[in-house]
Amino acid sequence: MSPSAHSLSRPVSDASVKNDLVKIEEVHKYFGDHHVLNGINMTVKQGEVAVLIGPSGSGKSTLLRCINHLETISAGRIRVNDELIGYKEKDGKLHELHLKDIARQRRNIGMVFQRFNLFGHKTVLENIIEAPVQVKGHDKVPAKRRAQELLDRVGLAYRASYYPAQLSGGQQQRVAIARALAMDPELMLFDEPTSALDPELVGDVLDVMKDLAKSGMTMIVVTHEIGFAREVGDTLTFMDGGVVVESGNPREVIANPLHERTKGFLSKVL
Amino acid sequence: MSVTTNNQETTAQRAAPELIKAVRVRHPGRWLGAAIILILAILAVQSLAANPNFHWETFALYVLDANVVTGVGWTLLLTVLSMAIAVTLAVLLAFMRQSDNPIFRWSSWFWVWFFRGTPVYTQLVFWGLVAVLYPKINLGVPFGPELLSLTTQDLLNAFWAAVLGLALNESAYLAEIFRAGLKSVDKGQIEAAEALGMRGTKIMWRIVLPQAMRVIVPPTGNETIGMLKTTSLVLAVPFTLDLTFVTNTLANRSYLPIPLLIVAAFWYLVVTSILMIGQHFIEKHYGKGIDTAARITVNPSALQTARATADPAPTTPTPEESGR
Repeated sequence: MSPSAHSLSRPVSDASVKNDLVKIEEVHKYFGDHHVLNGINMTVKQGEVAVLIGPSGSGKSTLLRCINHLETISAGRIRVNDELIGYKEKDGKLHELHLKDIARQRRNIGMVFQRFNLFGHKTVLENIIEAPVQVKGHDKVPAKRRAQELLDRVGLAYRASYYPAQLSGGQQQRVAIARALAMDPELMLFDEPTSALDPELVGDVLDVMKDLAKSGMTMIVVTHEIGFAREVGDTLTFMDGGVVVESGNPREVIANPLHERTKGFLSKVL
Repeated sequence: MSVTTNNQETTAQRAAPELIKAVRVRHPGRWLGAAIILILAILAVQSLAANPNFHWETFALYVLDANVVTGVGWTLLLTVLSMAIAVTLAVLLAFMRQSDNPIFRWSSWFWVWFFRGTPVYTQLVFWGLVAVLYPKINLGVPFGPELLSLTTQDLLNAFWAAVLGLALNESAYLAEIFRAGLKSVDKGQIEAAEALGMRGTKIMWRIVLPQAMRVIVPPTGNETIGMLKTTSLVLAVPFTLDLTFVTNTLANRSYLPIPLLIVAAFWYLVVTSILMIGQHFIEKHYGKGIDTAARITVNPSALQTARATADPAPTTPTPEESGR
């Protein structure tokens, strides 16, 4: 994908100036004695696709979950759109945000999970309109219309009345993406979205994600799909043992990894 | 879709497969067992009909007696009201037990500990005696002026004392059933709802509880049927209009306890059967998307494949995903 084609489909306002949407500064995270994140620094610009790779236990999923405050951080700062996530700073002191403010921040950040987590008791359409209607207070009729559009976009318009259990994993994950998009987020987090899928279903989900990237969505993607990183990623970050080992242009990192650990990991997954 | 095209070609070329028609395994033990049970059943029915001590004519006389039917009504009313209150309390207690607020967690735990730990009979006697403990109930500003004063006897008559006693005791058991149900829902459901910007009570009501109901309904149906029969203890309050008390009184009057026990048993069975039908529909409602899903899945996709390929062979495996 050429960068010029990329910027063509983006909204005009940020076609020229790319501001930092996500700023992660010196983030640490402990689970008990276990130091999961050890001083992470990372910036994701508006419209950028940042891909996170690394062995399991490297902290990449934890980092992703910290960005929408599903996990709390032990030290450092995470900012989305210059707003501190989970806290507010007053007179040099951090105050925990009230749950309703955390919920407000999360509305702006879509998340797609490894295990889909569609609401099992609701149909595909009901899954998608749940948050727009319940959280944003949208009317049902326009919400349904929009849901149909999103389903069409992920290629599942004909599955609107199905229950999640009636869909294949790949279909469920595409619905999960549509559900997250229904909240019109500024940022999408993908937590190993294709890891729980049968190999032949991975492609459909990746196609939807590529499409989304082309439309200018800012995305942070934890994945093992190196091909996706190479093709769609604007940056590739390799994490191991709770630190960023190396980061840069995906094609360069994959072709010439600077670090032994990166080389070792890539040789296993490529 | 290359698999199905292949299939189309091969079935066009080959004849339909000969289906297996195997000789069934014989089960002589089943026949023997069935014969024994049938003989026992016939003997039982014969003895029921032939033994004059059952006094079926007395059964027939009292089964539709106005007092008995009213007794059924009171029993049903006690069951429904106390279950309704118990379910409401149980939802509250289960939510409190999962709360981040330690005071809520502990008070919920304490409630369950107390009401589950004392006999329901004792509790019913106690509620009957509340009027002795607190003859008057005063509403007013604490340590301040009194606004309203009521006699406990008027406020909490025998019926409401019975309902309260049954409901509070039941709420403790149901709270544990609801807690187990809430715990059975995958944590990923809560995370997904949180990630969408939903919170607390809304997640519980709209996402967790409806899915927990699948697990909650069967044991709650069990408890409801149990409650139907526990209402026979309201004599302890004393409340004296329920089915058991009425049939006992009639039995004492006529010196024929057996036919009146059968009258009571008959009505308990009738009400239980009605409750079971209700439970069936409630289970069906909350099973949607999970219990009913598998059945529907097989059919449309099989139908779709059949239509797409126009393949007469019924043994063709349906592809997981038919593409976009």
